[in-house]
Amino acid sequence: MLSRIAGFSAAWLLAAVAVQGWGAQAPFAVDEVAPGVFVHQGRIADLAEENGGDIANIGFVVGERCVAVIDTGSTRRIGEALLAALRARTELPVCYVINTHMHLDHVFGNAAFEGEAGVAFVAAARMPASLSARAEGYLRTLDHEVGEAAEGTRAVYPTMLVEAEASLDLGGRTLTLRAWPTAHTDNDLTVFDERTRTLWTGDLLFERFVPIVDGSIRGWLDVIERLAKLPAARMVPGHGAIHLPGGAALAAERGYLAGVANTVRKAIGRGDSLRQVLDAEEGSAPAEWALAERFHARNLSAAYTELEWED
Amino acid sequence: MKRREFIAAGLGLTLGARLAVAAPKKGPGTAESLDVEVWQGLRRQLFGERAIEIDVDAVIGLETPYRAADAASVPIAVRGHLDGADGRYIKRMWLLIDQNPTPVVGVFEFFPESGGADVETRVRVNDYTFVRAIAETSDDKLYMTANFVKASGGCSAPASKDPAAAAQSMGRMKLRIDPPPQPGGAARAQVLIRHPNVTGLAMDQLTRMYPQPHYVRKIEVRYRDRPVMNAEVTFAIAENPSFRFNFRHDGAGVLVVRAEDTEDGHFEARARVDENGMS
Repeated sequence: MLSRIAGFSAAWLLAAVAVQGWGAQAPFAVDEVAPGVFVHQGRIADLAEENGGDIANIGFVVGERCVAVIDTGSTRRIGEALLAALRARTELPVCYVINTHMHLDHVFGNAAFEGEAGVAFVAAARMPASLSARAEGYLRTLDHEVGEAAEGTRAVYPTMLVEAEASLDLGGRTLTLRAWPTAHTDNDLTVFDERTRTLWTGDLLFERFVPIVDGSIRGWLDVIERLAKLPAARMVPGHGAIHLPGGAALAAERGYLAGVANTVRKAIGRGDSLRQVLDAEEGSAPAEWALAERFHARNLSAAYTELEWED
Repeated sequence: MKRREFIAAGLGLTLGARLAVAAPKKGPGTAESLDVEVWQGLRRQLFGERAIEIDVDAVIGLETPYRAADAASVPIAVRGHLDGADGRYIKRMWLLIDQNPTPVVGVFEFFPESGGADVETRVRVNDYTFVRAIAETSDDKLYMTANFVKASGGCSAPASKDPAAAAQSMGRMKLRIDPPPQPGGAARAQVLIRHPNVTGLAMDQLTRMYPQPHYVRKIEVRYRDRPVMNAEVTFAIAENPSFRFNFRHDGAGVLVVRAEDTEDGHFEARARVDENGMS
């Protein structure tokens, strides 16, 4: 049901885009998953023209003084559609735009918020370097995969960096930000809303969408254990269902990543080359994860180049 | 049983042995690659007017994935197929990636006692591109084979996953040796070098400066104090460079791998190999 609503609103959005061009986006559908916590669910899909890059969960948290946006989508237009949804609910200023990591589907809508007076762009300390190493390739990818709907998109870098932990005051509401050791990427940042105990995991948690290793599989398995111990009443994953208690989804993710690590460790022990592993595992993508046929081999490769250094 | 193991068992070979099983090529091949503009420039620069034969399987083969799983670390094998029967050997191999900012991945030099020119490594691939290998034989003839590789999309930017970790333990090396399938034959070795292999091409957005390129540029391998393989390589080699190569195991000795980077960093790994090829 949820996905049908999302599909319908996205189609409507694309029609609106065709008429209006960018600059005046129709608001995104957002769900209030907890009081003052609004999430737009991205599609479980890879970047494509038909979804305009709307593939990640993004949203905002409303305080008494101002609003914090958490991730902004793959394109400027998506950022604008999120801003329109925000403006439909509150007149408060946007004081923070938080990026949970450098991947394009989470940061490339930032430009839509540049005009907000006094806004700070917040990310983990290692995010700018990781984004700048990739930004050019990301823009090329958007051009290839999304095309016209990505027009006007460019990288907007953070102006406030989090080394380990930080608190953001939205007025009567505190967000606790934490930067993690290398896991999904080398610049993962979680956002915990103290009032509703909602944990925005960024891509440290994938639900249904196959987890993608772009950092460290060992680091990620460690971080999952630590996330499981946080006093979260609910989790907002970077991809997948937005109404989640969290525990079962974390366990499923742990199961997948541990399986990848196990397969790769055995192959390295036998002396198999990376190429042999990829050949041998061709067609082995687990069916229970969406997009596994696209990303499973990539995960094996990432795990191999990391785990071959284990003693 | 996986396909590769099955074939190996069927032929009575061990997995460590090289298999010249030619996989069918996907996508455009060497003949189509001749029209690429970048290549025409490189050809003039590197080889002048010299004749280059293409797709001579008896001399050289190239193994690449058609679609790269991870553009930051694409496994590639260049396999020399001369067995010495005609008195020739491959003395040099070039590995090129047309659409990379620096198309030359490396030049690998081999010797009559190398145990066969054959190198596997992992490279960064920036876009859809031809990857090509050119061999120069001891009688000064050139042979080329090219494959098309698709690498791009999503998070597949050819960037480092954990540059801080690679920099922290920089210079650590691992050397692994597989004994030869029969005494006196070619043994297989793999060397891993912990190194961020910084390209210098990605601008730091805060300082608006480009980092100093910092990558492994030279590899020298010797066994029993005789040269096995010398390589000059660029930052197209993936972070934490890996090379697999052959060396002729003609008795007990020490395999020495020396590496040098662009900041005058020197790294060395040694492995003692016994008369059975065990280290």
